[in-house]
Amino acid sequence: MATLTLLQAVNDALKTAMRDDPSVVVFGEDVGPKGGVFLATEGLTKEFGANRCFDTPLSEDGIIGTGIGMALNGLKPVCEIQFQDFIFPAFDQIVSEAAKFRYRSGGQYTCPMVIRTPYGGGIRGGLYHSQSGEAYFCHTPGLKVVIPSTPHDAKGLLLASIDDPDPVLFLEPKALYRQVKGEVPEGKYKVDLSTLRTVREGRNVTVFCYGAMVPVCERAAVQAAEKGIETLIVDLRTLLPLDEEGVIEAAKQTGRVVVVHEAPRFCGFGGEISAIIAENAIEYMEAPIARVTGFDTPFPNTLEHHYMPDERRVLDAIEHVHNY
Amino acid sequence: MSTLQQVLRQDGTLVSGASPVSDARMKELFVHMVRVRVLDERMLKLQRAGRVGFVGTAKGLEAALIGSASVLRPTDWLWSGLREGGAAVMRGLPLGEYIAQMYCNSNDTAKGRQMCNHFQHKGSNYPSWSSVIGTQIPHGVGAAYAAKQRGKDEVHAIYFGDGATSSNGFHSGMNFAGVWKAPCYFVCIDNGWAISVCSKNQTAAESYADKAEAYGIPGKDVDGNDVLACHQAAKEAHELARKGQPSLIVLKTYRMLGHSSSDDPSKYRSDDEVAAWAAKDPLERFEKLLTARKLLAAGEREKLELAITAEIDAEIHVQEAAPKMALKTLVEDVYADVPLHLRKQYNAFITIAERLGHATPGDGAFPL
Ligand SMILES: Cc1ncc(C[n+]2csc(CCOP(=O)(O)OP(=O)(O)O)c2C)c(N)n1
Ligand SMILES: [Mg+2]
Repeated sequence: MATLTLLQAVNDALKTAMRDDPSVVVFGEDVGPKGGVFLATEGLTKEFGANRCFDTPLSEDGIIGTGIGMALNGLKPVCEIQFQDFIFPAFDQIVSEAAKFRYRSGGQYTCPMVIRTPYGGGIRGGLYHSQSGEAYFCHTPGLKVVIPSTPHDAKGLLLASIDDPDPVLFLEPKALYRQVKGEVPEGKYKVDLSTLRTVREGRNVTVFCYGAMVPVCERAAVQAAEKGIETLIVDLRTLLPLDEEGVIEAAKQTGRVVVVHEAPRFCGFGGEISAIIAENAIEYMEAPIARVTGFDTPFPNTLEHHYMPDERRVLDAIEHVHNY
Repeated sequence: MSTLQQVLRQDGTLVSGASPVSDARMKELFVHMVRVRVLDERMLKLQRAGRVGFVGTAKGLEAALIGSASVLRPTDWLWSGLREGGAAVMRGLPLGEYIAQMYCNSNDTAKGRQMCNHFQHKGSNYPSWSSVIGTQIPHGVGAAYAAKQRGKDEVHAIYFGDGATSSNGFHSGMNFAGVWKAPCYFVCIDNGWAISVCSKNQTAAESYADKAEAYGIPGKDVDGNDVLACHQAAKEAHELARKGQPSLIVLKTYRMLGHSSSDDPSKYRSDDEVAAWAAKDPLERFEKLLTARKLLAAGEREKLELAITAEIDAEIHVQEAAPKMALKTLVEDVYADVPLHLRKQYNAFITIAERLGHATPGDGAFPL
C-alpha cells in the first residue's frame, strides 16, 4: 500500500476509474495538460488522451450543462469546478437539471455524473477561494453530497461516486490536499456512500464533523482526553443522503453533542444534525447541543484563522457540553 | 442580416420551380402539420372544459416544427425548448402518451410529475425537458460530444425560442459547440415573442442569426412559415453537423395565440400584427401548393381533420379512465433506490393517508 496525500489519492482514483471504464471523461478549466490548478488531474491527458481529459471554455454553466448531456448519452463525466466558490453559475444546471432529471422523467433519463470541486478555507484565499457551500446543495433532493477527510476515503468515496447511478457533488477539502497523508490501497475499492466513519471512540462527548474539520476535532479530542474527557468523533463523509441512523446512535452513546463545520451557522448543516437528534433522541440528551462554525458573514482573509473553527474553540465546546 | 431563406412563396408557388422533397413526402409533411394544429385545438378545448390544466400551443409554428424536424433520422436526438410536442409526435411519440402527459395521469411516462405540455419520448430520442428556459442547450451539445467521442453517427438538433437566445445556456451551448466541433445544430423558433417581450426588447442584434458569428459558426434566417425552406435549412444544418460543423438556423415565424392558455396577448400586441401574420398561415400556403399539384383534393383537409380528431378523441377516452396515481411516486425516482430518510417520510405520510382514506392497498409502507 502506498502512502499518499489526499490530493494524490484523488488523482489515483481518477486514473483508476479511467483505466477501469472507458466511458469516464474528465474535463473542466485547466484540467488538461496543466493537470488542474491543484494538480488533481495531473497526467490524465497524457495517459488517456485529449478526448478523455480536456480543458473547457471558462463557463461553469457550460461545464455542468454539457456534462449532463454526456451523462444522458452514455459517458461518465467527472467535471471539475476549479473552486467551489465558482460553482454558482452552474447552480441552475446542478439543482434544476442534474438533480431532477430522474424524477421529472419518471426514471427514464438519469444523470450519473460527478462534480469535483475544492472547498473550504485555510489557504488565504479570501472571500472567493475559501467558501463551504455544502448547505446550498444539501437542500437539493436528487443530488448526493460527499466530503472526504482522509486519502483512503478520498479515493474510495470518489470511486463509489463515479460508479453511482445518481449525480454526486464531491467536495474536496483543499486545506487537507497536501496536509494529510495516509495509506491508500492500490487499484479499485469503494467506500460506501451514506455510511459515516467513527474516527475515535469516546464515552463522554460526541463530535460530528466532516472534511477539513476532522483533523481539527481530532486535535481537540487529544487535548480533551488530557482533561479526562473521552470524545467520540464522527466523520459524516456523506452529507446527502445522510447516515441518520448512525448519527442518532452516536448521539445516544454520550448524550452530549458538538457539531463542527466551517460554513456559516445559520441554516448550516449543523442545524440539520441538531434537528435530527432533537427529533429522535432528545430524551438521551444531557446537555444542549453546541455548534462550532464559521461566522454568519462572508469569508474573511487576514482573519480567516479566527473565522474557521480551531481546536481551541472545539475544545471549549466539548468542555462546555461535558460540564453542563 | 442574412437574406431570408425561402422555397415556397406566400402565394404557394415555388421560388425555383422545384421542390426539395418528393410529392409523397410533401403530402406526409402536410398531414403532420394538420395534426399539430388539430391536436392543439383539441387540447385547448379540453383545457376550457377543465379537463387539463394548461396548454402551450404551436399554432402558427407548424411549418417550422414539422419542416425542420422532418430531416432527423430515428437515431438523431431532438432537444426540446418548449413547443416541439407536435414534432415529437411525428417522430414517434405515441398520441396516447402525449395525451396522458397533458392529463399528468398515471399513464404518463413522467408519472404526472411535470406540468402539462412537458413531453418526453425516450424511444425517439426526445429527452425530458425542464421549464427552465435555455438549460437544454448545453445538454444537447454535451450529448453531441458524447456521440462523437463514442463514434456514433448521431446528430443532435437543439431547439429553443427567441427568448432563450438571452439565456446562459444559449451562450455556453453555442460557444462549447463551436470549440468542440460537436455534431449538433441549433434551431431558434423565432416566433417574435417571449411571453409579452418582443424581439426588439430581447436583443439589439438585427437578427438572432447574427449571434452565430460570434461563436465562429454559420447562422442563417429562414422563412419559418415555409415548411420546405425549414426542411431545406435543417437538412443543410444536419449535413454540416455530421461533418462536425455546428450551425444556427433561425426560423422566423409567429406565435398566433397567447403564450399559453393562461395568457391574454391582446394586452401587449396589436390585432393588426396578428392579422398580418394570419395572412401568412403556414398551412394555407402549403395547401395552395399541394392543391395546385393535385396532391390534395377538394375537401380532403377537412376529412383529414375529422379523422385526426376521432383518433385524438379515442385516446382522450382512454386517458380519462386512467387508474389512480400510485402514492409511492411521491418519493420514487429521486435516487435510483429510495433512501431510508425518504422511506421514513413516506411511511409517516401513508399512515395518515390511510386513516383519511386517501390510500389504496398498493400504496402501503416501505420496509425500513
Ligand atoms: C429561466 C426562465 N425564466 C423565465 C421563465 C418563464 N417563461 C416561460 S416561457 C418564457 C418565454 C420564452 O420565450 P421563447 O424562448 O421565445 O419561447 P416561446 O414561448 O416564444 O416559444 C418565459 C419568460 C422560464 N420558464 N425560465
Ligand atoms: Mg418566442
